[in-house]
Amino acid sequence: MRILIENGTVIDPQQTLDDIRNIYIDGTTILAVLSQDEKSNIPFSRDEADHIYDATGQIICPGLVDIHVHFRDPGQEYKETIETGCRAAAHGGFTDVCCMPNTNPINDQPEITKYMIEKATSSVGTRVHPVAAISPGSKGKGLTEMGLLRDAGACAFSDDGHPVSDPQLMRRAMEYARSFDALIISHCEDLRLAEGVMNEGVVSTRMGLAGIPNASESVMVMRDIALCELTGSRLHLAHISTAQSVEAIRFAKKKGLPVTAETAPHYFTLTDSAVLEYDTHAKMNPPLRTETDRDAIRQALSEGIIDVIATDHAPHSELEKQVPFDQAANGIIGLETSLALGLKLVHDKVLTLAQLIEQMSINPARIMRMPEKRIARGYPADLTIIDLSITHTISAKSFQSKSRNTPFDGWKCKGKVKQTIVNGHLCL
Amino acid sequence: MDHFHQKHILDMSSLTKQEIDYILNTASTLKDISERPIKKVPTLRGKSIVHFFHEPSTRTRTSFEIAAKRLSADTFSISASTSSMTKGETLLDTVNTLQAMHPDIIVMRHSASGAPHFVSRHLNASVINAGDGMHAHPTQCLLDLMTVRETLGKIQDLRLSIIGDIFHSRVARSNIIGFTKMGATVTVAAPCTMIPSGIDKLGAHVAKSFEDAVTNADIVMALRIQKERQSNFFFPTEREYANFYGLTYERLKSMNKNAYIMHPGPINRGVELSSDIADAKESLIMKQVTNGVAIRMALLYLLMGGTRNAHSN
Repeated sequence: MRILIENGTVIDPQQTLDDIRNIYIDGTTILAVLSQDEKSNIPFSRDEADHIYDATGQIICPGLVDIHVHFRDPGQEYKETIETGCRAAAHGGFTDVCCMPNTNPINDQPEITKYMIEKATSSVGTRVHPVAAISPGSKGKGLTEMGLLRDAGACAFSDDGHPVSDPQLMRRAMEYARSFDALIISHCEDLRLAEGVMNEGVVSTRMGLAGIPNASESVMVMRDIALCELTGSRLHLAHISTAQSVEAIRFAKKKGLPVTAETAPHYFTLTDSAVLEYDTHAKMNPPLRTETDRDAIRQALSEGIIDVIATDHAPHSELEKQVPFDQAANGIIGLETSLALGLKLVHDKVLTLAQLIEQMSINPARIMRMPEKRIARGYPADLTIIDLSITHTISAKSFQSKSRNTPFDGWKCKGKVKQTIVNGHLCL
Repeated sequence: MDHFHQKHILDMSSLTKQEIDYILNTASTLKDISERPIKKVPTLRGKSIVHFFHEPSTRTRTSFEIAAKRLSADTFSISASTSSMTKGETLLDTVNTLQAMHPDIIVMRHSASGAPHFVSRHLNASVINAGDGMHAHPTQCLLDLMTVRETLGKIQDLRLSIIGDIFHSRVARSNIIGFTKMGATVTVAAPCTMIPSGIDKLGAHVAKSFEDAVTNADIVMALRIQKERQSNFFFPTEREYANFYGLTYERLKSMNKNAYIMHPGPINRGVELSSDIADAKESLIMKQVTNGVAIRMALLYLLMGGTRNAHSN
């Protein structure tokens, strides 16, 4: 199919491009990116186009990438399936997502990895890149077959919500992964320190809820940075939430260690005061922290200490959330709210639009060694089209995701995804 | 070189290039004794050799026993399970007890790195290290050198690639030192968990990949993957190891048409080597075993002075 996207503002930070361009797509590939007055080199005329998209007043950026989602498939399809997850991702502007391995069964076998990729391929368009487990069953007792898993399509390795407690296993995992130049993703949490249900502080004390101190995260961030220095393996730190973690990452980067980090929209948007009404939609792991932490996360994003915004999209049904706070499951969904919350940082002048695009597309794609996302001739047509002027209200009811667990229902936002294009395929 | 002045054979680092050459030459001349109908010479008659094996061993121990007997020495065996050490005796006490019986040579295998060095400081007898912990296995290195020299006519400028668990391997450590000393280039390849820190400083090149190591080699030496290492997270499964670091005949030929295959044994067939490669004409594995007897005969002979004509009946 030939697609012409006219009159949009193309923003590609890799080329410091921020200007009005027409994009010509044929099949899966970008044929040309031309300014409006350029009359030569036009690969096909307007008449020859199968589809013309008028992007006047809209921006076009490299396709967004979310490297931290939970699709619950196989095993808990009542919360989300690969299909509904991919649809939610496409509506959120994402061309690629990386699925965490805590499915049932755990993604610790090449067959499970292949199942996820194949199921996504027959879905709406957004690509799924499975993250496989570090240890069989994420039980922390041995190594998975990282080489065979990589060959099956695993993009990285993590025990995510069952973090690797044994430092010897983490060391070996990082060393072993280095044999395949594979990425280890660490969910930094000391399980003993983290025996609580919300952030430890004045709010938890007032509410009578067991607290989780910042150190439960930063002790593991520091441990894994030390192991990164020891092994030389690439390390990515998931959903960073505290000021102390940011300091540790800053130190590691200054040392030149191959460490990258992500945070989630809720950590730069909310604080633990969101829990004040015992709202289980504000219960997640790591927990929402204090204003000091939120400000440190914002600062880290603006300085590039944190490289990536990822959602930690964690679907749960009402069964897991309509219960007392102590008993509620951790996690919120994020695919369909992430860009809007990211744009708030741009509106608040914390980030430039180019920085936001780096953190939601360029950087995550680079860390995951995905094919380069560049809006230029010969590159895959993976694009996200956004209208920055539309003001809208987030409505959980209209989500494509199977689940509704979001604390952002009813929030007013500016900026909306209009179209997501994966390999030349219009997803919306 | 006329005389051999070493008292002990503890590791490859303490042998000079000339001494190694001398050992290999001596072993070559002694080899034919094992091919005679009467495989015995009186050279070491009246000498007492104790085989002190504190760790399981079949081929090394048998090889030493045969070597000693072919030279007419009297041999005595002590293994960990039958010695007083199971009753709580310290290694030093065991060694002093042995010393009181005046053996001439103690052949020793021990699970602790450095144990033969420790023993050698407390004994009048010569000590031959038959493998200590992860440290050294000099007689294995010498028999490997002999096998390569015999097959390829030289050692200088040859390329040896060692594939497998370098981390735990005393064979790898001794071969890296021994082959490098004799002018060969040694490359190692393994999952990063099995490459010990600083191995490059010992003279080994760390290959970029398994393919690299196999392609650029005159000899490929596979090491045994020990299942028990799985529990310490060095590798996930034998299936994965075989897939990425195991050699099949087809795989070898697709990467390197001319390389020979060696293995210190025992082999895990289907893991580091497939059966078709272990038994192929490129395999020097049986030659290694045969040469092991000759090397050990040479060492026993040289440590006992090497003055008598070893060949006379």
